[in-house]
Formats: sequence, C-alpha cells, structure tokens
Amino acid sequence: MHNPQLNKDGELTHLLSVEGLPQRILTQILDTAESFMEVSARDVKKVPLLRGKSVFNLFFENSTRTRTTFEIAAKRLSADVINLDINKSSASKGETLLDTIDNLVAMHANLFVVRHASSGAPYLIAEHLQRIGRDDVHVVNAGDGRHAHPTQGLLDMYTIRHYKKDFTQLRVAIVGDILHSRVARSDIHALTTLGVPEVRAIGPETLLPKHLDKLGVHVFHDMNEGLKDVDVIIMLRLQNERMTGALLPSAGEYFRHYGLTPQKLALASPDAIVMHPGPMNRGVEIHSAVADGSQAVILPQVTFGIAVRMAVMSIVAGN
Amino acid sequence: MNIVIENGRVIDPKNGVDRSTSLFIVDGKVAALGEAPAGFTAEQTIDASGCVVCPGLIDLGARLNSIEAELAAAVAGGVTSVVVPPDADPPLDEPELADRLVHRAKEIRKARVLPLGALTLGLKGERLAELVGLKKAGCVAFSQAKAPVVDTEALLRAMEYANTFGFAVWLQPQDHWLSRNGIAHEGEVASRLGLAGIPVAAETIAIATIVQLVRDTGCRVHLTRLSSAAGVALVKAARDEGLPVTCDIGVHHLLLTENDIGFFNPHARFCPPLRAQNDRLALSTAAASGLAAICSDHTPVAADDKLLPFGEAKAGATGLEVLLPLTLKWAESLKLSLSDALARITSAPAEVLGLESGQLAQGAVADICIFDPEANWQLTPEALKSRGKNSPWTGYMMTGKVKTTLVGGRIVYQA
Repeated sequence: MHNPQLNKDGELTHLLSVEGLPQRILTQILDTAESFMEVSARDVKKVPLLRGKSVFNLFFENSTRTRTTFEIAAKRLSADVINLDINKSSASKGETLLDTIDNLVAMHANLFVVRHASSGAPYLIAEHLQRIGRDDVHVVNAGDGRHAHPTQGLLDMYTIRHYKKDFTQLRVAIVGDILHSRVARSDIHALTTLGVPEVRAIGPETLLPKHLDKLGVHVFHDMNEGLKDVDVIIMLRLQNERMTGALLPSAGEYFRHYGLTPQKLALASPDAIVMHPGPMNRGVEIHSAVADGSQAVILPQVTFGIAVRMAVMSIVAGN
Repeated sequence: MNIVIENGRVIDPKNGVDRSTSLFIVDGKVAALGEAPAGFTAEQTIDASGCVVCPGLIDLGARLNSIEAELAAAVAGGVTSVVVPPDADPPLDEPELADRLVHRAKEIRKARVLPLGALTLGLKGERLAELVGLKKAGCVAFSQAKAPVVDTEALLRAMEYANTFGFAVWLQPQDHWLSRNGIAHEGEVASRLGLAGIPVAAETIAIATIVQLVRDTGCRVHLTRLSSAAGVALVKAARDEGLPVTCDIGVHHLLLTENDIGFFNPHARFCPPLRAQNDRLALSTAAASGLAAICSDHTPVAADDKLLPFGEAKAGATGLEVLLPLTLKWAESLKLSLSDALARITSAPAEVLGLESGQLAQGAVADICIFDPEANWQLTPEALKSRGKNSPWTGYMMTGKVKTTLVGGRIVYQA
C-alpha cells in the first residue's frame, strides 16, 4: 500500500503519522530540530526558510496550546500564519471538510496544520490534495481523533534523546489512558522505530486498546510492577469525561492506582525522567511533587516542541 | 412468448444440472431442458455460446434509494429478485408504503421486489407495526434492518406475534450497547488507527438472545449479515439443535478484512464491520458448507457521504452489480464448482424465503441469468448502472459479466 506521507522519492511530504516512517526520517527530523534550538535562543528568533509561504492552522477541535506552538514555529520560519477556528466558521454553515480545503488552496495555502476530532481526517485531506494534483501543498497532523499526534510523539523523542542520548538501551513506560490517546500511539510507533527495546503500557483494562502486544508493547496493569527500573515515564492526561462513564469509578481511585507519586517514581531507575504532553491534571494522573520535581522534564518538552515543529514544517515544505 | 436459449452451459444447482443444452421457455415458465417440448416454435432465440445459463440471482438484501436506477442495476447484475430491507426513508412500516413500493416495482418491470416490512414502527424497537396488513401489501417477512431491538421484551413479543401468523422475522444481530459508539472491528487495526471498536460480543450476545427467544417461541428467524467466526458457530449450533434459524453473509465480508481499511479507506466501512482474517475464513466456510446464503447488502451511498473521515463516512458498498463477480471470485479462491457458487446466490436464498424460484426445473418461473464466466470488466463509476458508485473495488477487474437477464420469461436486460 502506498504510504501517502512520502513522495515518490521516499521523502516526507506530509506528516500524518509516525507509523510507517523509516528511522532515517525520524532521525532527520530530530537532527533538524536540534539545529533550530539555537534559533530560539537568539535575539532575532527567525530563519527565512518559509518566507513567503502561508501556513494555515486548521483547528476543527479546540487546542490553544498546540495551535500556539505551531504558530510560533511557523513564525520563526518566517511564514505567514493564518489561524482558522473551524468550529466557529464554515463547518457550522454546512461546508464540508474538503470544500474548506479547496477554498484555502485557492487562497494559495502552502501548508495545513490540521487538528480534527475524527481519526484519519488528515489522510483524507492529503489524499484529496493528491487527487487534485496539488503535491505542492502539505499537511501536518496536529492530532486526529484517537489516532495520532506525530509532532507530540517526535518532541517526546527529542526530549528522550536529549536526556538519554541512546534509544537502544532504554525501558520506557507509558501510563494512563492509552485507549483514547493519540499521543500514546505516536509515542509507541516512534519508540519502536527508533529501537527502544522495551516499551511498556500501564493502565487498567478499560483504558488500554486491544492487541497492544501486536504493536510491540508489554502490558502492565500494576503500576508498581510496570515502573520497575524504567528510564523514561510518559504520563498521559486523563480527560474528565472518562470519569463519567463506566471506564473508571472515580478520579480518586484512579490516582491511587495509576497516579504518579514520589513513592511510585522511586521504583523507576534513579535517573528516570518524567514526561507529560500537557495539560496536566495534578492530583489525577500526577502528584504535584513529581510534576514540579527534579526528574520532571515537562517544561523542556514544550520548548523542544517548537524546534521539532519548525523541523517538521521546514522538511515537508522543502520536499 | 416462446424463447429458446441455445448453446449455453445450463447450471441449475438445486436440481444438480450442469450441462451444455438448450432451455425452452413457454408463457414465462421453463418448459423443458434439452429437447423442445411438443409443438414448440421459437419466437426468439438467444445464443448463449460461451455463457452460463442459471437461475436469476436472488439478493437477500439491497437498498433501492432510487428505485428505477437500482432495479436496472439489479438486472444488469443478473439479479431477478431483490429483498428490500425496511430502512428506507420513511421506514416501510405502513401497508400503504409497502403497497406503493410493490406497485412501483411492477411498473418498472425489471427485477421482482420482495419488501421486508418493518417489525416495529419507525424501526424504533418499541411498538409493533401492522404485520398482517404489511403482509397483505406484499411484505415477505419482517425486519429491523440494521436497527437492533434494544428492549428484549419488545423483541420477544414481536417474535410471538409474528409466529402467530407464521411470519418470519429477519434480524441483524448486533447488540445496541456494544455497537452504538463503534466504527470498526475491535481488533488490531482499530487499535492502531484509533478507531472506536465494536467487539465480536456485540454479535454473539445478540445471536444468543435471539436464539433463546426462537427456542421459546418457535418463531422462524433469519439472521442477516453475520460478521464473526463466533457468530457462525452459534448459528451452526442452533441449526444442529433443529431450530428454525437461517443466516446470510454480505459478499464483501467473504473477501475483505479489517486490514482493508488501510489508511482510513471509508469504502471499507461496513455495518457490521469487516472483522479479522479468522472471522473471514469462518464466514467463508459457512457459506461454502451451505450454512449461509450470500447477499450483496447493496447500499448506495452518495459520493459526498463517503468523502469524509472514516468514522463520519456512511457504511456500506454498492453490491447488486458485483454480487455475481465477487461470489465467483470467492468461489475461485476456494476452488468451489461454479454450481456450488451459484447455489449460494440462487437456491440458498430461495430456500430462506421459502420460494419455488431459484431453479430451472420444468414449470419453474423463467427468471434467468445468462453470463459469460470468463469476461473481464473494470469496475468504474461509469460501468455501474446503480446510483451507488461506492465500492472498495473501484478500479479492480471483475470476472463474470451478465449478458442477458430474463424475469418471468421476458428479457429485462441485454448487455
């Protein structure tokens, strides 16, 4: 099956998912991001790589944080950035997703950053662009349904590489609501592609997708067991709406079993790092003492995220 | 009109006929095979050289959103009888609606239409529809289409009432609660793509409930569109027990699995969902062994309703014109004989419906399909008469092309 993210030369033309990308492309993105870290430290935080190009932030689902980091990244690449909050405009007038895309292409959009509540929506856009012969317009997935959040996955890899250097000796645990998490899926594919020998998923059965083992993941229901000797802990956000159904009894019981406390953190390797894609629910999935502790690298993740998004946008728009 | 179909390979699975011979039609009925009946003079001769002459296909499930186009599609696909589920707009829950559908189909004079009446008003699973009135208007059985009856007591009463009059009830086994949020088989692919899953238990729980109610009421039940190996096993056990239960499988489920979703292909969205490879194999075995009939589950979907993210796209595929070639493709993969393959779409569905058609015995109604089993054609939107151009097979080559279709001894389609 043709991978719609790659052009005929095997180069990245859209970033839709980490799945199916070869290690060399992931490494290229991380290396490029590293070169951009220095830009953000300058007085004039700009490089002219996307000068004259238009980046459209198409957010069909609200997310101030992710949209802001993409906006900053695009501006540091000297692109023109247009933010569209689709919830409030065309969708309510009955315009279809692809009609919206056609209109924006007619306005000479060069790159779409897409956030959508339905898994696969960015694929639909990428395939449509191919069908109408616009391989000069690119798509970056900023989170689709439960499917993927590849730039978050990549910034997590950047963070891990920054602190741990080598992927091939690591134990990484992902804790929490993996079923509904696009971040977890992107992390899992990125970790396995980059050669992490042991990826663990920790959570109750109600929050773990079926057949996780097929993705090369070891499943744990007991957090104390799952955290033993891990080098990296990725905590996931637990959405409030998960509390109202039959998935979990209460935030309190969840925190007792799957919240990251200093006691549980002590089971991990002494130099383990703690990550979180944000925004955090303190007291639900993570104890404040851990979130603010010396092992947390949650704020550096945000900083790295801008460099990684610069890297992704410059690579896809350059190919 | 007296018609002779010459030089064809006549296959009549029900009666074990498979030989090159002539078929004679008098007054809309099969008059003889081989030798012309006494005093027969052909008013029309159809040359079926290189072709198979078989009973017209009976499709146990096809939606006729635009009735003229879809009935033209049916006969172009060799389908001479179409069972129409009641999930039209409005649902077929009043005798007048059934009456109008039957009347309209007769005017169009293409395939025969066998409507399923709604079991409950508005298919809501609450109040019974007027089953006797619907039956008089031409409904052949009663169904909820794809809408489950959530209230088990309502289902029990509906089956008791239907059984009072000897009516059959057709149900798609899918538990409401386990399927309401799902969009794909709860398996590896759904986990990978982040699609909400529908577990196999949605099907097995519904079958277990229905089978128990059959046991209690004696109501004749036909289970539509099985999707899982575990579901097949439950139906087989019920049959072995001697319960009046039959089942069918949509032809796409014999050939496709969850893996065909690929990168969110909305044309691989079905209800019930495409399941895993072991499920597909069990369905295939069920169809090959005669446990299940095969149907198209023809569901025309407008292009705009498929050009959406997977979870928002409407489920279903066009089917009437691919039922024959896809059944042949399936049979070829199992090395089944042509006769065994055709039985699944002719005599087996006739048996489900309790009809005399689906065969070519002397005196049988002359509903006949003549097709070239070797002819290849490419599935393109233009190649389809149906308004439903939605297919996971678009661009693929199909083998088996219908040349002529007769309904009641009248030519209703000629390629």
